[in-house]
Amino acid sequence: MPAVVSQATQLAVKADAVVKNFGETAVLRGLDLELPTGEVTVLLGSNGAGKSTFLRILAMLTQIDSGSVSMHGVDITENGPSVRALTGSVLHAPMLYADMTVRENLLFFAEMYRLQNVEDLIAGTIQRVGIEPRLDHRVRTLSHGFQKRVALARALMHDPQMLLLDEPESGLDSESVAQLDSIIADYKSAGRTVVMTTHIVEHALEIADRAVVLNNGTVGLNSTKPSSDKAEILAAYSSKANDQ
Amino acid sequence: MMGSLAVIWAIGRKDLLLEIRNKDVVVAVAGFALLVLVIFTFAIDLNQDNAELVGPGVLWAGIAFAGVTGLNRAFALEVEGSTLEALMLAPISRDLIYLGKALGNFLFIAVAQIIVIPVFAVLFNLVVFRWEMLAISLLTTIGFSAVGTLFAAMSVRVRAREVMLPLLFLPVVTPLLMAAVESTSHMVYGRSWSDMAQWLQLAVAFDVAFLVVSAFIFQHILED
Repeated sequence: MPAVVSQATQLAVKADAVVKNFGETAVLRGLDLELPTGEVTVLLGSNGAGKSTFLRILAMLTQIDSGSVSMHGVDITENGPSVRALTGSVLHAPMLYADMTVRENLLFFAEMYRLQNVEDLIAGTIQRVGIEPRLDHRVRTLSHGFQKRVALARALMHDPQMLLLDEPESGLDSESVAQLDSIIADYKSAGRTVVMTTHIVEHALEIADRAVVLNNGTVGLNSTKPSSDKAEILAAYSSKANDQ
Repeated sequence: MMGSLAVIWAIGRKDLLLEIRNKDVVVAVAGFALLVLVIFTFAIDLNQDNAELVGPGVLWAGIAFAGVTGLNRAFALEVEGSTLEALMLAPISRDLIYLGKALGNFLFIAVAQIIVIPVFAVLFNLVVFRWEMLAISLLTTIGFSAVGTLFAAMSVRVRAREVMLPLLFLPVVTPLLMAAVESTSHMVYGRSWSDMAQWLQLAVAFDVAFLVVSAFIFQHILED
């Protein structure tokens, strides 16, 4: 029994035969994927390949139609709130209250996550993402890039085991992308897991431990050496993109 | 338990803070309800007899119709900014989100009533500043918020949500509306608590049933 638990907890994500349809459209068609703890995984694929849908399933915003998904050995469909505490997510929209300040947003979400020592946590997190000067600005007045940084702060504040990032670099300048890379590297060195989607493939392959190319809702290619398999991954990615 | 109450209060307080800054909902609800009252004052040749007769109906119909406007807006804001998804990411059960949003809606409608009821008292020349009115208002507002929050969540992703919400909301709150109108009538005619007890009991039963059922249904509505 302990061996099973140990094996299960080494896997950050285990997806078995996951099917997700939106009406008549099949997005995930029996997706099987195992992601070990402590890795940076980049999900690649053309538009509609199912990357964002899979990320939303991991964030528990979208329910699967069949199959199973577990995180750190815990079935996500059975253990909602406790599994959500394991993840921090930055999805397409910043998901912030535009008429509240950065501080008010972070304080509010700290209450939603039932965090203690909130002021210290916020101070540490905003320094990490570089938004200290904008702390008392309303989110509405911030650029898209800064809003994305605030969203990242919200995702990091509860120190989750897994970071889910959906095209995190979109709208960020080069300085912010470098900062994001550094946060991802810190996360990895702390033994945490990062799962991200991107369309900036070459850059992602430099920082990732694993590249997964999704094709028609299944895993088309799963590489554990993305920087050395670059040509193969780029070929798989490009051919899928061209298929669209 | 205290943790859950803190989450519910935090969501309600956040909605109130946003409302204080934007004044979207209270202005819409109070403005609409006042408009209904003023139109009826002109439409009906008011005297003391018919004011007592029609006043309670006009008041609660106005608040119910105006409430729909506010309920629509309160949830639309969460969806437009995708902040509803941010709440769904948090490790809290969905029923706490429902209760927090219902608390916010309760506060909006209550504030709107604080504006509307004194104007009603002046226009219809009725004495309404009584404990009975406070009880009726509280019970009716709890029911409106309980049902309205659920249906606002159901209709918020529908393209014709402005039409959908009243179609869902108004038939369901009819028993509560009847209880509010009948209790208020008893009050303006100067009758005792015991005369209106059955209507207040109906309102209590309605509130409890819809708070429990709506909190249960709400979690299924949020999922894709």
